Amino acid sequence: MISVKTLSKSFGPKLAVDSVSFEVKKGEVLGFLGPNGAGKSTTMRMVTGYLPPTSGEVEIDGISVVENPIQAKQKIGYLPESAPLYSDMTVSSFLSFAAEIRGKKSTDVESAIETCFLEPVKNQSIDTLSKGYRHRTCLAQSILHDPEILILDEPTDGLDPNQKQEVRNLIKRMGEDKAIIFSTHILEEVEAACTRAIIIDQGSVVADGTPEQLKGKSKAAGLLSVSITGMAGSGILSEIRSLRDVTDVIELSSTDSSFKGMVHSSKKNNSLSEDVFNLCKDKGLLLQELKIEEGRLDDVFREITVADTKIDKETKAGKEEE
Amino acid sequence: MNALKNISIVFKRELKAQFNSMLAYVFIVIFVLLSMSLTFLLDDFFAPNAQDASLEFSFFRWPMWLLMFLAPAVGMRLWAEEQRTGTIELLLTMPISVWHAIVGKFLAALSVITIAILCTFPVVLTVAYLGDPDNGTIWGGYIACIFYGAGALAITCAVSALTRSSVACLIIALSICFGQLLIAIPPVLEYAADNWNGAVADVLGSLGTWSHYTEMKRGVISLANVAFYLSMIGFCLFLTSVVIKSKRA
Repeated sequence: MISVKTLSKSFGPKLAVDSVSFEVKKGEVLGFLGPNGAGKSTTMRMVTGYLPPTSGEVEIDGISVVENPIQAKQKIGYLPESAPLYSDMTVSSFLSFAAEIRGKKSTDVESAIETCFLEPVKNQSIDTLSKGYRHRTCLAQSILHDPEILILDEPTDGLDPNQKQEVRNLIKRMGEDKAIIFSTHILEEVEAACTRAIIIDQGSVVADGTPEQLKGKSKAAGLLSVSITGMAGSGILSEIRSLRDVTDVIELSSTDSSFKGMVHSSKKNNSLSEDVFNLCKDKGLLLQELKIEEGRLDDVFREITVADTKIDKETKAGKEEE
Repeated sequence: MNALKNISIVFKRELKAQFNSMLAYVFIVIFVLLSMSLTFLLDDFFAPNAQDASLEFSFFRWPMWLLMFLAPAVGMRLWAEEQRTGTIELLLTMPISVWHAIVGKFLAALSVITIAILCTFPVVLTVAYLGDPDNGTIWGGYIACIFYGAGALAITCAVSALTRSSVACLIIALSICFGQLLIAIPPVLEYAADNWNGAVADVLGSLGTWSHYTEMKRGVISLANVAFYLSMIGFCLFLTSVVIKSKRA
């Protein structure tokens, strides 16, 4: 449905997006992650046809956004980053304008108002709305024509926790029969609503996969988290070290009668957890926690993007010294 | 057909916005009040020997000066505001072309100016009651006003696309309109003909708005005058589209 091929965008000498490629199929919800200024919004703006790409192609359901922008835009619903709205209009007149331009009827406006919980403010002027309502009004204009493709730039920004949950559920529900791209800074949202995620940094895609696959790239992924009592911490530590396949043990806390830590193994399988369990059974220890770590998305995010920030800082410091 | 439909949707929204913000009412009232008071207070309208029932030398002297301020004031927000609030991103990701938006917005602002101009009709009723005016000249005067207003608005439109600040747009557009008017006033043309050469004076005369406006208000709706305004409007709107596109490139 959405096909992006080697998409690049330069603003003067600055390369904002560098050869980004990805595809989103019907039924997929793609999470777009990345630090501020990574190129997320620029990429989304090119997909929606707002910014012309410097090079590369964007196709929406086989239609080129550059060559047939009007046809392509008909298939897209777009929520821009700061949810801009015509503040001199009321909610319903603004949505009627959006519907009219897309050739839709007033019944579509009514259902968008209902879906986005805008009933209480529908006759209110937009400049008197709270941030949450403004955001939902903009979201309503993006979905009122029931588009096949939804591009949402930080759809939960500025919403309270309840509203965030509502929007996430809405995205998840709509994702069943649409192709959705949404960007966010909140990593738990990706796990909650996305079927796939892309991490973009300094204009390039640095990771692409399901949330589980991405979490698997975390350093903590596959480690065995253990918490054992019944013996001095140092004793438990040496017992665990003596198990086969154990390459390292990270001590998180250790007392006279307990130990908590993470166990590295040369093999990522369940045999280590069996070995730890048997160790506790044989020595009469109490096993309080035994868990294979899935890895954390924010660790992966930080590992990938902080590394770049460090390089940036070092380069900058180097230049200043010169 | 789609183009017309899209233009009319943008037009309706923009016209509502002009009247919702009350600015349109303010402009109309100011224009009518000023044009009437200038006509009746500063001109020799009531002088015993006045013979200007066709309003050429009284009422129609003023709209050009007033529209020089009014048109930039009506048009300053057209694109500057869209850029300041970010709604341009919304508008240009809707299934319409940049041209639909430009023409729709331009026509909406032009409607406000036209309404302001037409609201001065009591002065026509007055001269019709008092004397025997030449209706052709009066029509010519009104057409001259509308064309001048449209030209000044097109300039404002292009300037508005360049900036996010409505005030900056107002000042720049006003300066351009004033400059374009000044280069063709008789003293400047005489100076150009005396000190440089006749060709320079001809060029200034044909590029400036003074001579076209004064000819039209006399009732001379020549092809040259109409072509001048239409090409100026076309060029400025084309420039608007170039600016809007190049800002995103």
